[in-house]
Amino acid sequence: MKLNKNLAVSETGFIFNPTSGDSFTANEIGTEIINLMKESKSIADIKTALLDKYDVEGNQLEKDVDDFMVLLRDNNLIQYER
Amino acid sequence: MNAKKRQLTVAVTGLNAIDSPGPGVAVIRGIRDCADWDVRIIGLSYESLEPGIYMEGVCDKVYQIPYPAAGTEAIFNRIEYIHEKESIDVLIPNFDAELYNFIKLSPKLEEIGIHTFLPTTAQFEARDKINLFEFGKKHGFYVPKQVVIYSVSELPKVAEELGYPLVVKGKFYDAIIAQTLEQAQKAFHKLSAKWGTPIIVQEFINGTEINVAALGDGKGGTISAVPMRKMYITDKGKAWAGITLEDDRFLEMARKFCKATKWRGGYELEIMLSIDGKPYIMEVNPRFPAWIYLTVGAGQNQPAALVKMAMGHDVKPYDKYAIGKLFIRYSWDLITDIEDFQKISAFGEY
Repeated sequence: MKLNKNLAVSETGFIFNPTSGDSFTANEIGTEIINLMKESKSIADIKTALLDKYDVEGNQLEKDVDDFMVLLRDNNLIQYER
Repeated sequence: MNAKKRQLTVAVTGLNAIDSPGPGVAVIRGIRDCADWDVRIIGLSYESLEPGIYMEGVCDKVYQIPYPAAGTEAIFNRIEYIHEKESIDVLIPNFDAELYNFIKLSPKLEEIGIHTFLPTTAQFEARDKINLFEFGKKHGFYVPKQVVIYSVSELPKVAEELGYPLVVKGKFYDAIIAQTLEQAQKAFHKLSAKWGTPIIVQEFINGTEINVAALGDGKGGTISAVPMRKMYITDKGKAWAGITLEDDRFLEMARKFCKATKWRGGYELEIMLSIDGKPYIMEVNPRFPAWIYLTVGAGQNQPAALVKMAMGHDVKPYDKYAIGKLFIRYSWDLITDIEDFQKISAFGEY
C-alpha cells in the first residue's frame, strides 16, 4: 500500500487531500509513519523502524500501525498496490 | 511612460450579497482585479437594500431596473436610458430569472453598442432542470433518473419506479428529500404552491457534492474550469466556505459540456460524486456562481475573461489553477445614511 500520489503532507502533520478537499491532522507518530511512507518505505520496514526507536511491545505496535492504516484507508489517503 | 489603459464601462446585476448571495459583487471584484483596463462599474439593482449598492469600492454608480416580469420592453427602455448616460460597453446579468430576457434582448443591446456574452435560448433551455435527464442521455453524462409530473396522482407510480428516498424538486428552486409516499405528496403540494407545476421527481444520489465554475467560448472550447468542494454549508444550502480541488474528472466534464453545447458564457456544474465514484450532473446553473471570486483567487479570472470575450477579443484557455485555495464568506454590518437609501429607493439611482 502507498500514500495517494497527490497528497500534501506538512512537517507538522497536516494532511490535505486535493482530490476530495479533506484535511486532517496527524499526531507525532502518525506524522512519522506518513513521512516514512512518503519515502516509499514498506509497512514492515516502518514497523521495524518504530520498534527500534520506541519502547513498545511488538504486538502493540503491530496493532497500532495496522489500525492507523485502516484509518488512512477509510479516509481515502492510501491505495493498495495490485 | 505607461501606455494609457483602455476605459471600460461594465454593467452588472446580482448585487444582493446576502446569506443567499447573488454573484454580482464577486463578478465585479474579478473585473476590478484585472489590470488591463480602467473600469467603471455600473450596478443594476432590483431592490433598495442590496448590499452591493452601498459597499465601498464595488459600484461607481447604481441604477434600479425593472423586475424580469415587467417584460423585455420595459427592461430595454431602462437599459437604454442608463446607456445614454453611462455608455455601457459590456452588460453581465447574473440571475437565472433575468437571463431569458437578456438573451432575447442581446441583439438589440448589441445594436446600441452594449456587448453581452450569453448562451443562446436553445442552450439555455437544454440544460434546464426539466430537460436535464434528456440532455444527459443525449451527451453521455451521468444524470439522476427523473420524471416530470403535473399532478400529485402521478406520484405513486413514479415513486415505485424510482424507489425511496427520492427528491422532489420545484420548477425553479428548492428540493425536498422524501422517504415515503406521504412525504413526497406533502413536498409536491408545498413546491407546486410556491413555484407552480411541473414538479420534478428525481432519483436520490448519495455522495459528495462538487461544484465547477466554468467559462465557455461559444465555439465548443473551455476557457476556464475550477472545481470546488463546499466546506461549510448554510441552512439554505449555500457555500460559506469552499476549497479548490485537483481532479481531472471534473475538468473533463466541463470540457465535455462546453464541447457538447458550445456554451457561451459562465456556468456552474453542480456534481454529485456518488459513493461508487460516478460523477452525476445534478444541475447546470447558466451563469457564474456566487463563489466565482475563488476562481480569481486560484489564478483563473473568469469574470475578466468573459468581459474580454464580450469585447470581441480572443482569450487563451487557462491551463492551471491553485489547488487548496479556500474562500470563507463573512458578514459585515455596513453603516450608511438614510440619504443614500433615499437616493436609490426614491430616484432609482445612487
